[in-house]
Amino acid sequence: MSGESAVLGYFTQLLAVADAEVRKLRHDPWELFSRAIQPMLWLILFGEVMARVRGLAPGSGPYLDFLAPGILAQSALFVAIFYGISAIWERDLGVLHRYLASPAPRSALVAGKALSSGVRALSQAVVVYLCAAAMGVHLSLAPANMLAATLLIALGAGLFSTFSLIIACIVRTRERFMGIGQVLTMPIFFASNAIYPIALMPRWLRSVALANPLTYEVDGLRTVMLAGGRSSYGLGHDLAALALLGVLMIAIATRMYPRMTE
Amino acid sequence: MNDEPVVETFELTRRFGDLTAVDAVSLRVQRAEIFGLIGPNGAGKSTLIKMLTTMLPPTSGRATVAGFDLATQPAKIRRRIGYVPQLLSADGELTGYENLLLSARLYLVPRAERERRIADALALMGLGDDRDRLVRHYSGGMIRRLEIAQSTLHRPAIVLMDEPTEGLDPVGRHAVWDHIRDLRGRLGAAVIVTTHYMDEADVLCDRIALIDRGRIRAMDTPAALKSEVGLNATLDDVFAKLTGGGDERGEYRDVRQTRRAAREHA
Repeated sequence: MSGESAVLGYFTQLLAVADAEVRKLRHDPWELFSRAIQPMLWLILFGEVMARVRGLAPGSGPYLDFLAPGILAQSALFVAIFYGISAIWERDLGVLHRYLASPAPRSALVAGKALSSGVRALSQAVVVYLCAAAMGVHLSLAPANMLAATLLIALGAGLFSTFSLIIACIVRTRERFMGIGQVLTMPIFFASNAIYPIALMPRWLRSVALANPLTYEVDGLRTVMLAGGRSSYGLGHDLAALALLGVLMIAIATRMYPRMTE
Repeated sequence: MNDEPVVETFELTRRFGDLTAVDAVSLRVQRAEIFGLIGPNGAGKSTLIKMLTTMLPPTSGRATVAGFDLATQPAKIRRRIGYVPQLLSADGELTGYENLLLSARLYLVPRAERERRIADALALMGLGDDRDRLVRHYSGGMIRRLEIAQSTLHRPAIVLMDEPTEGLDPVGRHAVWDHIRDLRGRLGAAVIVTTHYMDEADVLCDRIALIDRGRIRAMDTPAALKSEVGLNATLDDVFAKLTGGGDERGEYRDVRQTRRAAREHA
C-alpha cells in the first residue's frame, strides 16, 4: 500500500468509528437533552448566588462572565469522564470484539472514539452559549473565536474521554468504574480554575491546578468565549498543552485497549 | 494450490495461571473447508478461536493464518479473516445498514463498491426490508445473519465463528448452516466453526476436531470418526468413547472456573 492511501485508510477507519457514535446520538438524542440540564443549573443556581460574593472574579469583570467558560469545560468533562463505562459495556456486549478483530489500527479506533466525545461535547457548548447569552454574559461571537472554542472543547473532551478509557482498561468492570469516576471528577473540577481563580488557592493546590489540563481548557475558553477575554498562559500554550496530553493519552490507551477482550 | 493450508497451528498453547485452556493444538485447515471445533463448554474452543483471530496471544507454539505468522503479522491476518464472536457483536443502537457501513469502512472496502456490497449482503441475508431498523429490535437469528454479512463484506479467506447457532431456534440454526455453506461455495472461504451440538457438526462440517480440556482427542471427517466406534454410532458416542466420560464433562461449574481463571490471568 502506498503511503498516501495508508494515511487515507487510517482516516477512513478513524472517521468510521466517530461516525458510528454520532449516528447513535442521532437515533437517541434524549441523552443530549438530559445532559444539558446540569450546566444550566450550575449557571443559574450557583452562578447567581456566587455572583454576589465580592472579589471572587479577578479584575473588574462580572462573576458570571468568569464562570461561564468554567461551567462549559466542566460539563464537557463530566460527560467525557464517564466514557469508560460505555467502553466496558461494549466489551460486555461483544461490540468491542468486532472493532478489535478488524484490521483498523488500534490508535485509529481510540482516536475515533476520542473524536466522537469531542463532537458530543459540542452539544454542551451550544447549551452553555445560549444560557450564558440569556443571562447577560458578554460573549464573543467572532468566527475565529468560536472556531478556537470548538477546538478547545473537542480537545478537552477527547483527552478526558481517553483518560477514562485508560481507567476502564485497568478496572475492567462497570461497578468498579462507577466509584472511580465519581472520585476522579471532583479533584479535576475543584483543583482547577473553573469556578474560582487559582490565585485564591493555597500554594500546594495551585501546583496541582497548574498540572491539571482542565485549567488550560478553561483558560483558553475564557480567552475566546468572552468579549475582551484575556489568557493567563497564552492561547497557544493552552492548545499545545491539551494537544500534547491528548496524544499521550491516545498512545497509552492504544496499548491497553486491545487487552480488554482477553 | 488447493492443498495449501489456510490455517496451520503447531503445538499452540494458552495457559491462564495453572489452567491450560488450549494444550499443544496442532491442526491444518484447507481452503474451502468447513472445519468444526467440537467439545463441551469450557473445552478451550473459544480460547483457540481468540488466538487465531489475534485477540489473545498464545503462551507457546506458533501458527500461520492466511499465510501470515500469528506472532509477527497480526494486522495482516486481520485483513484476511472474518470473525463472528460468541457474543452478539452487532451494535444494537445502530441500524442494520449502519452496522454494515461501519464494517465496510473498518475493512477498507473500496468506496466505489461499498454501497453495492452492502445492498447485496442485505439481500442475501434476507434483511433488505429491515435495513433501516435499529438492530436492538432484530431477532437473534437476524442479528446472527447481519453479523455474518458484516464479517464477510471484505471477502475474507477464512471466516471464524464462535458458537454461531447458540441460542437460535431451529429455523435460525438452519439458516446459519445454509449461510456457512454458501460462504464456502461463493467465496471459497474456509470456515472454522465451534459448536457443542454434535448433530450440527455432523451435518455441517467436512472435518472436525474433538476437543476436551484443551486437547484435540480426534480429528477426521464425521463419517470416519463414527465408523471407528461402530455401526450407527453418533458423534456423541465417539466423544464419550474418546474422553471416557459420562455426562460429567463441561458442567456449568467447570465453565465458570475456566472463565474466571481466564479473566483473572488476562
